[in-house]
Parts: sequence; structure tokens; C-alpha cells
Amino acid sequence: MASEPLQALLEQAFPDATELSVLDRTGGGDHFQVTVASPRFEGLSLVDQHRLVYDALAAPLADGSIHELRIKTKGTT
Amino acid sequence: MSLRDQISGIIETEPVTLFMKGTPSFVACGNSQRALTALRSAGAPVTAVDILPDPRFRQELSSISGWPTIPQVFVKGELVGGADIVEELAANGELERKLTDALGDGYRDERAERVVALEAA
Repeated sequence: MASEPLQALLEQAFPDATELSVLDRTGGGDHFQVTVASPRFEGLSLVDQHRLVYDALAAPLADGSIHELRIKTKGTT
Repeated sequence: MSLRDQISGIIETEPVTLFMKGTPSFVACGNSQRALTALRSAGAPVTAVDILPDPRFRQELSSISGWPTIPQVFVKGELVGGADIVEELAANGELERKLTDALGDGYRDERAERVVALEAA
């Protein structure tokens, strides 16, 4: 799949993100690097931060269209 | 013992568990390698569990942990994260602190890696 649908799902889940990007790491449409900076991450453990990203991308993760996902999350302060 | 009980038992009793694709001597995935390398850099006593032999291993693990991807690292029963998180924690020194908090100062003395196999019910 292309990066754009993933980007749209993340924008929906993190409307207040100050940084949001989806990079197709291999050009093959199934290995992605996602970066999100959002105030929602403040005070959360990395595990809980990544869980929010997994939740946002639950559908493409479940149907196998994402083969590998690398996640980088940050707070905004 | 049910698969669920086997997995839960390993998570609860092993100091550091790495659920991975392959084994430390034959790693079958780049992200599993990243997690293993990060754990080794912190001197963690890794107990590795290969989830590849049966697709139910991974399904059951993710159902227990609520974490959709492999690898998964647990320290004393607590999910620490996947490859990205463990790498980040190793790089900023928090992984060593977490291991010391959970296992005590001497955790490096027992750093022998071992492999535990799951049995399909």
C-alpha cells in the first residue's frame, strides 16, 4: 500500500500532532517508518505511546498490508 | 499445559524474555536482531522464545500482551516494548536502569542466553 492512507489514518488519530510522517523504507509499500509528535504522548510510557500508534493503524496491521512498522513517538515539550 | 499458560508462565518467571523470529544463533528477522543486539549491549540475561514454529504462538502472545508485532521484550512480567523502544532505551541508558531496578545490581553476572521452546498443544 502507499504511504498516504497511513498518513491519513494517523492524522485522524492525532489531529493535534506537531510532526507526523510516514516513510516507505524500501519502496515496496509494506515496510514503513512512522514518526509522530503529539501532546497526547506527554506523560505516557513509550509502550503506551506506541500502543496509540498501533491502535490508529489497527486495520492495515491486521490485514497484513503492513509487513514491518518502525515507530518513533515524541511528546511536544 | 495450554499455550497461553506456557507463554504467561515464561513472561512471569524469566527475568528477561525476548519473543523473536528465530533464535539468538539463527535470527530470522532484522527487528528481532535489533532487539537482541540492544539487550546484549545492556548485558541482559536473555531468555529467547522463537515464535516461528507455529502461527498460534504469535497469535496467543499478541492476545496476552495486546502488542501486534514481533519482537516483544518483557522484563519481570512487564512489556518493555518492541525493537524500536528497546533500541531507544538501550541508547539512552534507561534499559540498564530498568534492568538494575528489576533484577538488582548483579544482573550482568547471569547474562547467559538461553532458549525456551513452546509446545503446540
